[in-house]
Amino acid sequence: MEMLSGGEMIVRALEDEGVEYIFGYPGGAALHIYDALFKAEKVPHILVRHEQAATHAADGYARATGKPGVALVTSGPGATNAITGIATAYMDSIPLVVISGQVQSHLIGEDAFQETDMIGISRPIVKHSFLVQKPEDIPSTIKKAFFIASTGRPGPVVVDIPKDLTAPEHKFPYEYPETVSLRSYQPSDKGHSGQIRKAARMLLGAKRPIIYAGGGVIQGEGCAQLTALARRLNYPVTNTLMGLGAYPGSDRQFVGMLGMHGFYEANMAMHHSDVILAVGARFDDRVTNTVSKFCPGAKIIHIDIDPASIAKIVPVDIPIVGPVATILAELDKQVTLQMESAERALPDADSLEKWWQQIDSWREAHGLWHGRHYGESASIMPQDAIRALYEATHGEAYVTSDVGQHQMFAAQYYKFDYPRRWINSGGLGTMGFGLPAAMGIKIALPDADVACVTGEGSIQMNIQELSTCSQYGCPVKIINLRNDYLGMVKQWQDMQYEGRYSESHYAASLPDFVKLAEAYGHVGMEVKNQSDLLPAMKEAFALKDKLVFMDIHIDPDEHVYPMMVAPNGAMKDMWLSKTERT
Amino acid sequence: MRRILSVLLENESGALSRVVGLFSQRGYNIESLNVAPTDDHSLSRLTVTTTGDDLKIEQITKHLNKIVDVVKVVDLTEGAHVERDTLLVKVRAVDAQRDEVKRTVEIFRGQIIDVGPMTYIVQLTGPSEKLDSFLQALGETEVLEVVRSGVAGMARGEKVLSP
Ligand SMILES: Cc1ncc(C[n+]2csc(CCOP(=O)(O)OP(=O)(O)O)c2C)c(N)n1
Repeated sequence: MEMLSGGEMIVRALEDEGVEYIFGYPGGAALHIYDALFKAEKVPHILVRHEQAATHAADGYARATGKPGVALVTSGPGATNAITGIATAYMDSIPLVVISGQVQSHLIGEDAFQETDMIGISRPIVKHSFLVQKPEDIPSTIKKAFFIASTGRPGPVVVDIPKDLTAPEHKFPYEYPETVSLRSYQPSDKGHSGQIRKAARMLLGAKRPIIYAGGGVIQGEGCAQLTALARRLNYPVTNTLMGLGAYPGSDRQFVGMLGMHGFYEANMAMHHSDVILAVGARFDDRVTNTVSKFCPGAKIIHIDIDPASIAKIVPVDIPIVGPVATILAELDKQVTLQMESAERALPDADSLEKWWQQIDSWREAHGLWHGRHYGESASIMPQDAIRALYEATHGEAYVTSDVGQHQMFAAQYYKFDYPRRWINSGGLGTMGFGLPAAMGIKIALPDADVACVTGEGSIQMNIQELSTCSQYGCPVKIINLRNDYLGMVKQWQDMQYEGRYSESHYAASLPDFVKLAEAYGHVGMEVKNQSDLLPAMKEAFALKDKLVFMDIHIDPDEHVYPMMVAPNGAMKDMWLSKTERT
Repeated sequence: MRRILSVLLENESGALSRVVGLFSQRGYNIESLNVAPTDDHSLSRLTVTTTGDDLKIEQITKHLNKIVDVVKVVDLTEGAHVERDTLLVKVRAVDAQRDEVKRTVEIFRGQIIDVGPMTYIVQLTGPSEKLDSFLQALGETEVLEVVRSGVAGMARGEKVLSP
């Protein structure tokens, strides 16, 4: 058998696992691994400028490709810097394997230089973690890490490896296991057929149905099955912030995103529905609004791979645990069977017709552009910037975002027709996610258009990655919706704190982003006029090989609407503009 | 409602902290916790007593099951079961108190396992309520120190918790 050092085994195991890229940053405890990486010359390594960016880039890679992302960091500060990225991936159930160097085994617990209890610090934000005890365990541990990260409800797995285990002078027999079996971890592989039959019956009996689909449908590769079922039934579909693209955004049956800044018609349809089919969604507080007022007349069918997500927030009538793709396919079959064998036509055509009329009238009354002073304002409207982005990229781009108003505008106005194109930190809401995530995607998919929609607050949280983008040639397009404020904070201060802008204004301290981009060897563009917007956007995307930083000056006073009324509101209670509410 | 959860856990480093972490992280209460390896040394068995309504216990059970190191979880309080807690209590035992304590210990079928010139250590095993009653029954006696093992439990009859 081949003899390898611990460091070499790590690198080989990653190769054998089929890893395409490692995003990382070296340091003392990881140096043996880095040396093995240098010698192996197989898996390309992307040197980020901050470990947070390594985890976000690996995360962006994973969200866009569906394969687990890999990050490699050193002990102590390297490990702690990675934490925000790990938490981000955890909240959105993204498969990551994070390998962290650790101080030598005999120093653990002695407050050694750059020692941090990585297993302890990451414990609440990982799916699982391993502190490797002996070099011989490295191959099987890495195999397990990938298996756990990418199966069931995916999530990040940390593998912490003490430096002495990776030393080049000690060699061990290497064999990469082909399979893993863990007695304590057996994700379910199909749903309960009796429950599925019951669900089909409930669905077909609905008068005001709605399908509420979340990120789990994308993670679980169930989008085609979802679309088939929805089309067969002609039922309205709403996606969560994480689920955008799970059902085609430009389809007639799509009623838009739901939730805090969801579409009026989506939130109204949810509230007034009688049957909700929830798939791969978790009744997040940003969706339900006040739980006791949530969808008072609805019976709920909930499909999810994670039993702990079911009935966590809202009682469920028909829970179905298992992989969404298989269950949706089975449900579609059951629905078809029951439609064929029913004595009268199912679902009831009259009720469904009425329900659609109702939804269409909601759409007409307060669709997305309701109350926008489009065209009247001298400044560029953020919504328009997103529409221009949509047009310039023909709706085909991978769009990452940071966190704030720009994120919500992007989610609302870019119609995602495909899964894995909308990449954002929905669960943790991590400012600083957008640029590194875009980088990870562009590296994996060099021919795709990749845009990062951001704000001046967020972009500055990982702006150092402009340098990484130079080194590896990542011509992403940065769409900076610049309002000179921490816009979302300002919006809340406008609405709840009588406009007291406590620490949300930059007071003319922002850098010249054009020069900044140029300093890193990129192209900068400043856009101030509405009429320049689309041409500039097209010009930027025509520069295929260039990273373009578009600094787009938008109306600083614009708010994101609709916005659900809180506290004590139901889903139907929304602000529609600064002065109107439902 | 008081519940007793029995958990089979991989005997791996960090496994116990994942279980304990889950309770603190999600705001679940641990009343007592007992843990030790089983006859199969690759496994530990934990008994956790906690309180909560059905929904909460269901959530706790689901989250416990999600921990990769957790092999199995049962709620013992759902069926017939036995539970045992062990109490060691050191009391001041001088003059008349020496006999007084001895009598109480006999009533509760406990044992005095250490006799000092001024103190006794009493050992008592049983369901938690019995131990509570014993402590109450000590009345005037000065209690110097108390330690309890926490509840350990098992389902009655044929039911077996195995991997
Ligand atoms: C790391 C981090 N810190 C703080 C916040 C809280 N927060 C949410 S949105 C926001 C403002 C974002 O401002 P900007 O990036 O300029 O975007 P805008 O809302 O103006 O579009 C802040 C501070 C956060 N989400 N993440």
